[in-house]
Amino acid sequence: MIKVNDLHKGFNGEEILKGISTEFYKGKTNLIIGQSGSGKTVFLKCLLGLFTPEQGTIEYNRKAYSSLSQEAKRNLRTEMGMVFQGGALFDSMTVAENVMFPLRMFTNQKKDEMMERVDEVLKRVELDHAPHKYPAEISGGMQKRVAIARAIVNKPKYLFCDEPNSGLDPKTAILIDNLIQEITRENDITTVINTHDMNSVLEIGENIIFLQKGVLAWRGTNDEIFKTENEAVTDFVYSSDLFKKVREAQLKGL
Amino acid sequence: MKYLQDIGQYFIMIKNIFRRMTKASVLRQLIFKEIDDLMVNSLGIVVFISFFIGGVVTIQTALNLNNPLIPKSLIAFTARQSIILEFSPTFVSIIMAGKVGSYITSSIGTMRVMEQIDALEVMGINSANYLIFPKIIAMLFYPFVIAISMFMGIMGAYMAGVLGGFISGEAFLSGLQSDFIPFHLAYAFIKSFFFALILATVPAYHGYYMKGGALEVGQASTTSFVWTSVILIIVNYVLTQLLLS
Repeated sequence: MIKVNDLHKGFNGEEILKGISTEFYKGKTNLIIGQSGSGKTVFLKCLLGLFTPEQGTIEYNRKAYSSLSQEAKRNLRTEMGMVFQGGALFDSMTVAENVMFPLRMFTNQKKDEMMERVDEVLKRVELDHAPHKYPAEISGGMQKRVAIARAIVNKPKYLFCDEPNSGLDPKTAILIDNLIQEITRENDITTVINTHDMNSVLEIGENIIFLQKGVLAWRGTNDEIFKTENEAVTDFVYSSDLFKKVREAQLKGL
Repeated sequence: MKYLQDIGQYFIMIKNIFRRMTKASVLRQLIFKEIDDLMVNSLGIVVFISFFIGGVVTIQTALNLNNPLIPKSLIAFTARQSIILEFSPTFVSIIMAGKVGSYITSSIGTMRVMEQIDALEVMGINSANYLIFPKIIAMLFYPFVIAISMFMGIMGAYMAGVLGGFISGEAFLSGLQSDFIPFHLAYAFIKSFFFALILATVPAYHGYYMKGGALEVGQASTTSFVWTSVILIIVNYVLTQLLLS
């Protein structure tokens, strides 16, 4: 579980995160949603330790990150997996080498053992047919699956995803969402997903927080988000024509 | 103020490079790869340019020596001194700032843009050490490249001078050996060592701290070349003053 208390972060005198307090649960897909510029990415980078907050604490399993020694912080980071928006795969490495990378860096396993684990993970993300391909030779959806495989290969306790289905067609996006949710449940890990995709909210939003101008404006589940009266949330949710029509139909009792 | 900030950030980066080392087995592979990319792949252009510049220096010197009282062996002496003292260590380094420097800036810069450096940091890897340390070690082989450049420059001078009919083979060899000061070679290699560190770290700095997208990677490569050249010239002046005067 990850617990955030009164988190503040700013750049050049401008406050981006204004006192966020929330919790992300183990075994669940936790979503951070909000419009562009709401502070989602800054919040995620604070959770990852890439940005240092000016005020507030982030607790991983009841231990505040800021109070950890450098060694403990490094160890904690090896328990994190991250799926970046663009995949962030290493271009000069094949799919298998990309997935093997965390194992090479942090374990003393022999090559055969590492390959066995890589095969297992690639099978899990249905990419066992492409281990020798380079990132440039595979589709965007496949790149995202490689990124997921790399993030989970070292059996992390925390999985972070920054807009994992952006730039993908709706069908592939749903596949990626479902894959992340299944992996979260199978491995009982804490997954935090940064997204503004309403399909993801519908599909996998087990614990959703809504950020607006750096403030936590709403919190709930995918069932509750369509019933809330919070104006900022309804504005965000029903901004697309499709969801607007669904809302109108709901109000008409259809 | 911006320059002071850059200088400070550069030295923080240097400190971070040596702070937390990457696993030795991984580092070894990276170093071999960098030696291949930065040194071995540069040999072709270094050999080509050195050979022809050596030839051109000889022809120009020969054409400007019209006085019959000046011995022809002076052509070889001039070529040797020009190549060992300045051309090979300094001007090859400026060429390398374009070739190796741009490669380092653009490769690290692209990794920054594509969030690959963030990916390394999230995994708990010291990205500065992982990316820049192998390049510094690879560049320690740079004095060998300079030695090859000197040899090829003098070969070019011999070919142009002797085969071009400007000087006899005996006179060339005599001039090549006359008034030779071994410290001049040491001076050239000391310079090459410092230039190697500059060639590895200044372009790495421009790539590592770049912000933006693909266009900015190109701009960073250009800026990196300009600043690497400026620093090379300044350090060349300081070292010459310290070592030769």
